[in-house]
Amino acid sequence: MKSILLVVAVAALYILHQDIWFWRSQYLVGGFIPIGLFYHGVFSIAAALLMWLLVTYAWPSHLEQEVEQTKPREDDAA
Amino acid sequence: MIPAIVVFIYLATVLYIGIFAFRRSSGREKAEDYFLASRSLGPFVFLFSLFGTNMTAFAILGSSGHAFNNGIVTFGLMASSSALVIPLTIFLIGTRVWALGKKYGFMTPVQMFRDRWECSHIGTAIFVMQAALLVPYIIIGIMGGGTTLYTISGGAVPYWFGGAIVAMVVMGYVFFGGMRGTAWVNTFQTVLFLCFGAAALIVIGVGMGGFSASAHAMQSSPLAFLLSRERISPYYFFSYTFIPLSAIAFPHILIFCLTAQKMNQFKKTVIFYPLCILAIWLPCVFLGVMANRVGDVSQIKAKQEARRVLATQGKNMTPEQRDELRDESSGDDVIMLLLQRYAPLWLAGLLGAGIMAAVMASDSQILALSTMFTEDVFAFYGGKRRFGEAVQVQTGRIFIIIITLVAYAVALRAPETIFELAIQYAFSGYAALSPLLVAALFWKGSTKWGALAVTVWTALTVVAVAVFQAIVPAPAPGPATVVWSLGGMEVLTRTPGGTAVFGFMPVVPMVIVSALLMWFVSLATQKPARTTVARYFAH
Repeated sequence: MKSILLVVAVAALYILHQDIWFWRSQYLVGGFIPIGLFYHGVFSIAAALLMWLLVTYAWPSHLEQEVEQTKPREDDAA
Repeated sequence: MIPAIVVFIYLATVLYIGIFAFRRSSGREKAEDYFLASRSLGPFVFLFSLFGTNMTAFAILGSSGHAFNNGIVTFGLMASSSALVIPLTIFLIGTRVWALGKKYGFMTPVQMFRDRWECSHIGTAIFVMQAALLVPYIIIGIMGGGTTLYTISGGAVPYWFGGAIVAMVVMGYVFFGGMRGTAWVNTFQTVLFLCFGAAALIVIGVGMGGFSASAHAMQSSPLAFLLSRERISPYYFFSYTFIPLSAIAFPHILIFCLTAQKMNQFKKTVIFYPLCILAIWLPCVFLGVMANRVGDVSQIKAKQEARRVLATQGKNMTPEQRDELRDESSGDDVIMLLLQRYAPLWLAGLLGAGIMAAVMASDSQILALSTMFTEDVFAFYGGKRRFGEAVQVQTGRIFIIIITLVAYAVALRAPETIFELAIQYAFSGYAALSPLLVAALFWKGSTKWGALAVTVWTALTVVAVAVFQAIVPAPAPGPATVVWSLGGMEVLTRTPGGTAVFGFMPVVPMVIVSALLMWFVSLATQKPARTTVARYFAH
């Protein structure tokens, strides 16, 4: 369930990148930054939050365990 | 001349960091130490060096230049799409490649492909494809260095000399410092990028008397379209989300993924990568747009005039005349012009060093090519077995000298536009190669023949797009030239900025067909041995 929710979150953010609702708007947020630029700035922060969720709830820790279980390679031992 | 002196001090600092600052006395002749810093980079260096490796001159000069002519769309096209896709691919693919590298000792992507699909010469074909797409970056880095030093010194440092200095500095620290030196230089440069963005925004903002008045004035001017995306096709905008797939397929990025000491170090990189993109790109794009409101810089006025003439009279001009006007309206130097106008001399020099850091991003590409050559060709075809590891490292160093000298010689003779175009194709090419990684890591049924089909398809399409754009000249701004339509639907068009297939950039069909080829060809061909597959899918 957790994995499905994360996949949905990634797909949703990918779709939200295509913000056709602000396509023609020249509204200035805070009186100086165009809304289209502001939106994608916020989108980048949302991407960072999504990455935090992925790292926290879907971290492939089995890969680390596999590496630790592997015997040192011959060239390392030499 | 003061800014040029500051830049020279910066170059000396970079040389010191790359060669001496983090030198280790033991294990110098080990290939893994020289090419991968013994897989020992810590979290801070790993994050900043990986990010710095991916930030070329385009991040600062090109982004503001693109925004100057196209408006705020630049950020959505190139930055925010990368903020999502690149860390996602590092999370999904980079971590797995790191683990396989630790387990089986891979130092290049081709080593992994050869082992995973039990192939030899197909691996060599992938090496050739990757190398061919990487070389233009090295050449353009040297060209950028020569041009930047020439501009910063006001013409006192000639192009050939500036290019030679940059080539020597990069060659010096890559030659002596290997991956460890390159990683620390990249870290230093990334910190400089980040400071550059913030400092440039503040200095220019104060100089312009705040951005609010300029933004409002632009809103009610004929340039208001730069504040929205009304002139950009949603298909074109969507296509750009495929381009960041190229990042993880770049050999220098993938090789960097092998340098982390622990997998935990990916965590900070994945989380902070979007924020680093935001910190560098947002100021550059914003300043690029706002440069259009600077009325007292003659060069900016000239660019705007060239853009106006191209838009109004371009249809009646020859392709050569249009190309000339495109060059004149190019905004790649607007950040430099804004700094010259608003920043004090010493700060302009410091910020010039930041720009220099961006154009010198070719270091990791040179090192990656050297690693690939010595591992995928020299060692694979028996060189390491016959001559030993110390000779392998020396061969890598000699390769670095040769590739730098060849790149410098080409940079002196060839026009820059050729390589700028080559880089455009390279992004699409590497994106089309990304299904190789996905298939190798996530699909048991993938085969070497599927991998060969992807490689051949990528080579053919990169060449086809290049030839098409050379034969059909770019039209004037406005409607695209329809080359092939079917039942009223525009299949293939030549746009002012490139090529469109069904309205999408070529990268979209390139990636989709590439994935389909991997799928169908693998289904029809023999799989690797079960024992081989089991080593990759133990979990």
